Amino acid sequence: MSAVELLQTKFPEEVVEVVEFRGDTTVVVKPGRIVEICQTLRDDPDLSFRYLSMIAGLDHLPQSPRFGLVYNLYSHKNHDRITLKTYLSSDTNPVIDSVTPVWNTANWHEREIFDLMGIRFHGHPDLRRILMPADWVGHPQRKDYPLRGK
Amino acid sequence: MGIEEHLGYNILTTTLEKLVDWGRKSSLWPATFGLACCAIEMIVTAANRYDIARFGMEAFRASPRQADLIIIAGTVCKKMMPAIQRVYDQMSEPKWVIAMGACATSGGIFDSYAVVHGIDTYLPVDVYVPGCPPRPEGLLYGILKLHEKILRDPFLTRQYRERLAARREEAA
Repeated sequence: MSAVELLQTKFPEEVVEVVEFRGDTTVVVKPGRIVEICQTLRDDPDLSFRYLSMIAGLDHLPQSPRFGLVYNLYSHKNHDRITLKTYLSSDTNPVIDSVTPVWNTANWHEREIFDLMGIRFHGHPDLRRILMPADWVGHPQRKDYPLRGK
Repeated sequence: MGIEEHLGYNILTTTLEKLVDWGRKSSLWPATFGLACCAIEMIVTAANRYDIARFGMEAFRASPRQADLIIIAGTVCKKMMPAIQRVYDQMSEPKWVIAMGACATSGGIFDSYAVVHGIDTYLPVDVYVPGCPPRPEGLLYGILKLHEKILRDPFLTRQYRERLAARREEAA
């Protein structure tokens, strides 16, 4: 069973859209059960997406939903990639569950996104700034942040 | 004339100030401190082709306590600023600052929240060297200008610090 089929059978309510582009698969999912989805992709013995390449934060201001996240997964076993994309429901107080329990590497990725985009990760073990000085005010990679800072 | 008449041609007379200034400018020791691509040009300036040793400056000191000059060679991030301030504060008096390149002078191309737009908002700069990055000749020219400045005004650094303190007071 392919990753897309698996997600569609196990999480029919969560999968919003599947996009194929030049051999790369992107699955747009709802944010609510992201941890379960990631766990399924990691633990399925045939798929084995054991490696989280990166997480990216998106800011689509002035569109709504404004904030999104992109998870790029890799399977060493099949040399296969899959992209998970999700849009957060709140434009003012963006929160999503942390996937750090699934992949440890998500720890610093999520800290970076929190630092620069201001998206909070529920259940993250140590959510504090990683790049900007600790006393920095604001999240500088947001679209409404002034270019030269405040 | 005067005392020289009695001393003959074996002894030169001068003022103490001139002698001290000559000594200071002839052995200006820079701190080993580079930040970005300008640092590469600074290193080239110190290497054999341009040979900064011609001006008594071959001793790049690894400890700021032994240095008189700090060359701010490159982009200064806001996160880096406390470290630079600390190095500068550790340098013994008298001390001078060269802002090397567009970034140290004004932030350069980095019109960004993360970059200090001109090191002169924090440190009293004596010489600005333009360029992106400046060629070694440019840096050497700036250093020679600094030598001239040191010869001209022995209390230069104090003047600048006082001016900076006044500016800070104004801002606060």
